[in-house]
Amino acid sequence: MFCVFRGFCVDRRPFMKPEDHSRRQVELAGWPVTIETYKLGEVYHCTIANVDPGARFARADGATKEEAESRAIEKATKYLAQTRRFPTA
Amino acid sequence: MTTTLPTVLVSTDWVAQHATDAGVRVVEVDVDTSAYDQGHIPGAVGWNWTTQLCDTLVRDIVPVKALEDLLGAAGIDNKTTIVLYGDNNNWFAAWAFWQLKIYGHDDVRIMDGGRKKWVAEGRELAKDAPQIQKKSYKAKTADTSLRAFLPEVQSAVAGKKAALVDVRSPDEFTGKILAPPGLPETCQRGGHIPGAKSIPWGKNCNDDGTFKSFDELKSMYAAQGVTGDQPVIAYCRIGERSSLTWFVLKHLLGFDDVKNYDGSWTEWGNLVGAAVEKP
Repeated sequence: MFCVFRGFCVDRRPFMKPEDHSRRQVELAGWPVTIETYKLGEVYHCTIANVDPGARFARADGATKEEAESRAIEKATKYLAQTRRFPTA
Repeated sequence: MTTTLPTVLVSTDWVAQHATDAGVRVVEVDVDTSAYDQGHIPGAVGWNWTTQLCDTLVRDIVPVKALEDLLGAAGIDNKTTIVLYGDNNNWFAAWAFWQLKIYGHDDVRIMDGGRKKWVAEGRELAKDAPQIQKKSYKAKTADTSLRAFLPEVQSAVAGKKAALVDVRSPDEFTGKILAPPGLPETCQRGGHIPGAKSIPWGKNCNDDGTFKSFDELKSMYAAQGVTGDQPVIAYCRIGERSSLTWFVLKHLLGFDDVKNYDGSWTEWGNLVGAAVEKP
């Protein structure tokens, strides 16, 4: 039923329901983003999407919600820092 | 046009009841190609848009033989009901839908609300891929009337022959940014194709990821002069967001002549000498 995969205890039950689902908007590196996290089996999955247009661009897993989110936020912040703003006039 | 519930949409309830029926195949297609492995609808197969829904040598949609192999390996034959869903309110599910229609598959549907709604509803997910019995698939000749290539877009701009719908975010439309925040910049210039209307793809959807009603969609496009009385060409950055708008205009609103310009801004915004409008 359980095996170790990439350092996580992975639940191999055939079907599981996502638990502890959360979704919130925050600002990272000056950009509004949506952070979505849920637990499936023993692993927390976190994905981060830009609010506009809504593309998921960073994700991470963790044994706790905080761990998954902090890893995903670290990646997202790095990617967002590379987005340049240009004058439109 | 139809005002009845479109047969191209199925609800999460419907999928929960029919996902493993004989003659039905549920397929997940995500922007985030690792999302399927994080948990997917039991019985669903996963397709990777970066390797399985395109030509990996030249820039093009999936070649016919590769599509036939992909569908056969997924246990899909020509009579199968294919139900697509994915993240980002079905961006790449719509991309797959568009290609399946190009190759003439009759019964393709999209799960309204996509992956977001399924997860938010706390429905079952599986981590293991299903055991599939391969089938044989024969695609039809590609229907290029669903697709716009550069010369047609240039002609439409010059002759004002079509309504151009830019479905990117307002900041991409004005040229303030070259790509959605957090994603790689893939063009040399920002702005939009001259004459295009800015109608971001997200306006097609409700907060839960489902599509807005027929009346809401019809009003929204009509307010921008997009009524279906003239041909419509939708574009975005690489053609996936615009495939969702193409789906809305063609299959939810029932417009006759709608094309997806999948070359999109990564083609136009890199062309030497192409006219660009800002903001």
